[in-house]
Amino acid sequence: MTPIAGSERASDDRVLAPPGRRLCEVTENLATGGYRIFSVLDEAGPQPRAGQFYMLAAADGWGQRTGRPYLPRAFAVAEAHAEEDGVRVDFLADDVGPGTERLATLRDGEGLWVTGPLGRPFSHPRELGADIAGAILVGGGIGLATLAILRRELADRGVPVRTLLGFRDRKHSGGVEELFGCCEVRLASEDGHVGHHGYVTELLAVLLEGDSARSAAVYACGPPLMLEAVRALCVERDVGCELAMEAPMACGFGACFGCAVPLAAGGYMRLCTDGPVVNAAEIETALVPGSGH
Amino acid sequence: MDTSVEVAGLRLDHAVINGSGTFDAIAARRAFGDALLDEFPFSMFVSKTITPQARAGNAPPRIFETPAGMINSIGLPNKGLAGFLDQDLPELAGLPVPLCVSVMATSHGEFARLVEAVAARDEVAALELNISCPNVESGLIVGEQAPETLSLLQTVRPITTKPLIVKLTPNVADPAIIARAAEEGGADGISLINTLKATAFAPGTLGPWLGAGRGGLSGPAIRPVAVEQVRSVAASVTIPVIGMGGIESGEDALEFLAAGAAAVAVGTATFRDPLAGARVRDELEAAVSARGFASMADIEGRISAWTST
Repeated sequence: MTPIAGSERASDDRVLAPPGRRLCEVTENLATGGYRIFSVLDEAGPQPRAGQFYMLAAADGWGQRTGRPYLPRAFAVAEAHAEEDGVRVDFLADDVGPGTERLATLRDGEGLWVTGPLGRPFSHPRELGADIAGAILVGGGIGLATLAILRRELADRGVPVRTLLGFRDRKHSGGVEELFGCCEVRLASEDGHVGHHGYVTELLAVLLEGDSARSAAVYACGPPLMLEAVRALCVERDVGCELAMEAPMACGFGACFGCAVPLAAGGYMRLCTDGPVVNAAEIETALVPGSGH
Repeated sequence: MDTSVEVAGLRLDHAVINGSGTFDAIAARRAFGDALLDEFPFSMFVSKTITPQARAGNAPPRIFETPAGMINSIGLPNKGLAGFLDQDLPELAGLPVPLCVSVMATSHGEFARLVEAVAARDEVAALELNISCPNVESGLIVGEQAPETLSLLQTVRPITTKPLIVKLTPNVADPAIIARAAEEGGADGISLINTLKATAFAPGTLGPWLGAGRGGLSGPAIRPVAVEQVRSVAASVTIPVIGMGGIESGEDALEFLAAGAAAVAVGTATFRDPLAGARVRDELEAAVSARGFASMADIEGRISAWTST
């Protein structure tokens, strides 16, 4: 017998979304490295938690010429701030396909269909281990977005945070200034243009050799290969670890069963409702076919 | 205006229900909370298909976006009969609308066991038979063969007096033949269409994109096919037809009613907007009023001449 639902975490303080999608206004869209940071003003939705995501679709120019994109696209929150007339929610986008291409070209004042916040957020470090007081954030690429709001949320809660960020090259280092300009980070790059010449997971391995393995939880978001390396490092050392993942997703609220992620115990979880933040120990692999596409 | 419709002996508040497997009311309540119940989009809730034993579902990737639609190969993940009755049914009973449970098995005997166990529960108003499955005893897909469909209905019909709705596959030369077999076997209603067989290749490898290799196409891309199949079936049977396939708007829904459907189901559109069903319901009411009809039943009377030609 194979379980089909993911494990229900004891504490699941997800913020609920208003039912249905709502039309929001794009307030800003800036270039950063090879990426874009765009913002919407959400007048009717709540402040999301770090790790939650939204399903997004442009009000105009969505599937009108070629019939694609047809489905909305899942985007993790990079930052969210309460403003006078709503919550300003920031997203980080890479132009890699018909959906992200359209979102990358959104202009101020354009309409964006928004459903969310969705999914389960990151846990507090103490929920990942009784003796854990600190956090190590590991990420790269577009995964910086999720770690930016998590870093702020943990700092607001008084949790000491160390941040390790890795990049392939300069083009893929967008968002560092805008999202992490505030604070100390350790960088790694595969081409050596900045920081440690190599993988960010090498920096993590060094930290975990020290006493950090018992006193800090690891939170990661980035490309599937990076997440898998982090997962393996942490599971091997029995370090409390959560990964923010992605998978091909049609709906974002548990309806389509498309975003299956294999569980260590057999069977699958639905990443949209049982994730997108998952405990590293509960999944079989972070290399899910179709993700990172 | 009176928006209610009668389908398979059930009086529903309006004409829009969900397609099986396109809305998980329990997961949706987890995302949206009890506010979902106040704005529940459908007049009947059709469950995801349950099978005798639990199923994990297919290996990922399970979905692929197409022009105006998507291919899925989900593989019917579900908790099995026992898990459904213990865990899901009590939650689904809390929905503000009647519950229709979709069932599928790979033998007539297993189908009978499912129908008996599900129909015995007071929380269940109707059952939908998903017949897009092989009969392991004959090796044939039940819904592709009129004799298989007839004999399945003859097996399960005596078990319950609750409405039995037969969900047809569109992957046949003439769905009306299968629909007539279902009616002959005592079905109370027909629903169609299920997804069209489809596949997609990964550009890099030119191998199949989907983990299971093949899947089913849904969304607006299939709507004209669905309308014609609904028209053909509605003209061939006297039991009510629930039409579905790519409905995104009230005008789309009206087209299915004009083709002879007594009610419609919204499926893939819900993935784009969790409350798409509520919008279709409201737009349908406006579209019906705008054409001067006094009720849904009024439409049915007026278009019968067209569907029978």
